[in-house]
Amino acid sequence: MTSFTINGRAVSVDVDEDTPLLWVVRDDIGLTGTKFGCGIGMCGACTVHVGGRATRSCITPLGAVEGANVTTIEGLDPAGAHPVQKAWLALQVPQCGYCQSGQIMQAVALLKDFPSPTDQDIDAVMSGNLCRCMTYVRIRAAIKQAAAELRGQTQNG
Amino acid sequence: MLKRILIGLAAVAIVGLGCFAALAWQSPISPIAPPAKASFSPVLITRGEVLAGAGYCATCHTSKGGRPYAGGYAMNTGFGKIYSTNITPDPETGIGSWSEEAFRRAMHEGVARDGTHLFPAFPYDHFTKLTDGDVSALYAYVMTRKPVRASIPANTVPFPLNIRALQAGWKLLFFRPGRYHGRADRGPEWNRGAYLAEGLSHCGACHTPRNMLGAEKSGHSFAGAVIDNWVAPPLTKENPSPTPWSEEELAAYLRSGVSRLHGTASGPMSPVVHDGLAKLNVSDINALATYFADVGDAAARAEETEAAIREALAASRHGIGLQYDPAARLYTAACGSCHYNGGETVNPLRPDLALNSAVNLSDPTNLIHVMLDGIAAAEGAPGIVMPGFASGLSDADIAGIAAYLRATRTSRTAWPDLENKVAAIRAEHEGR
Repeated sequence: MTSFTINGRAVSVDVDEDTPLLWVVRDDIGLTGTKFGCGIGMCGACTVHVGGRATRSCITPLGAVEGANVTTIEGLDPAGAHPVQKAWLALQVPQCGYCQSGQIMQAVALLKDFPSPTDQDIDAVMSGNLCRCMTYVRIRAAIKQAAAELRGQTQNG
Repeated sequence: MLKRILIGLAAVAIVGLGCFAALAWQSPISPIAPPAKASFSPVLITRGEVLAGAGYCATCHTSKGGRPYAGGYAMNTGFGKIYSTNITPDPETGIGSWSEEAFRRAMHEGVARDGTHLFPAFPYDHFTKLTDGDVSALYAYVMTRKPVRASIPANTVPFPLNIRALQAGWKLLFFRPGRYHGRADRGPEWNRGAYLAEGLSHCGACHTPRNMLGAEKSGHSFAGAVIDNWVAPPLTKENPSPTPWSEEELAAYLRSGVSRLHGTASGPMSPVVHDGLAKLNVSDINALATYFADVGDAAARAEETEAAIREALAASRHGIGLQYDPAARLYTAACGSCHYNGGETVNPLRPDLALNSAVNLSDPTNLIHVMLDGIAAAEGAPGIVMPGFASGLSDADIAGIAAYLRATRTSRTAWPDLENKVAAIRAEHEGR
């Protein structure tokens, strides 16, 4: 039995500890916003947050998150209106959309460490998130737009 | 004439054996009925709990998935497997029949209640420094745990090394019994740290290299060693970290498991910090930090810190943009999204690999372990996970990334034979 918190909700699952977290999130907990891409931690589609840090859930064994706080794309904001999600919508970033929840989760983690990211910062952190539709240019723009909104929130709040 | 010599030799041998037997002989201490919980004061039990944490008793006296303190944890020594004993107060399989006198003798002299010598896998060579008061508190704590009936597997130490009486010879050579004596030329905080480090927390048991007979080499305290197939880094000024282990960094690391300038407590060090030292109060952690900052001569290197951080952050910018080196591309895809290259400041939650101990050690073992197996939320930086790449990356991939990091993040010599080393560590993980 492994217990952890997902999107603020405490869960206990009775699944083999070696099972990838992604399997548990999608098949046992039923949150399917997180996607399976390569399965070897090289494409970023399965990115979730563990303890606030972007983590590839396809290679994270369930046992490793015992006691941890996991956030998936569904838990970023109750209305799906996190500044990064709003920027994604406003700039119509996705094309096919498959990689986008991973892109958004990675971008949210990036903005915690780089409140005003340069192109170079974005390249360094986001290069592990692949997009076959090549939406990279819009991803970069949306990250900067979200960063501006987040900075405004910090100043006003 | 020949007969006389033979008789003489036989006489010498008999006298020698007799002397050795006298030396090795330790009387049994009578068994007692397990003492009632009420016979110990709650204050003493609580104090014992803190001390048992700082001595990580449970780490070795608990098998994987087993009941706490019920023993059975296998220690792979150079002489065979030694299984830790059951130290719950079960009278038959544990130490329920041990009087406090018997417990004290085990801690201070390495002799079991029945008079047999204990192997130094039990670090009585450190515990001999404990005050009588601390031993009493530890006794009160272990004797008030829930008794667990659990027999442990037989050790695999081969004949004749398994003859416990021979341990008397080992003690004669390497063991100096006696309580901790403070150094008058050092302050109380340093002495408290030394008492904990050299006694209860037995740091040297892992961080000091051992000789052919398994004793810690004298004159090489904290010089670093290999333990459980991990590298316990040197704690002296030979430590290869780019920045010195200052009091501040040591205290942060020992308290939380994270030093922003060195990395996180992983592998066998993780339970030391998270399950053990976590029980100590802040002043004791600070005392340990004071002591080890001195052991590592951190003050002499303090001025290097700022330049080392600048250099590391510059090195971390390597790999951004279009890359043709396959190892650099692998690093960017697999590692860069967390180990962000190119930050402006060192962030404890953004582990900088140029500063990381594992990348700077002369042996790549620790880095390979972590790349293959990752670090769970309960280990390292609490609540944060590094996934392992054992299933995703080949030996060549892991070796490639390790070599790339060594070449671009440090100015140290390349690690030889990396791919075979990765294969060996992977096989060891799979065999577990």
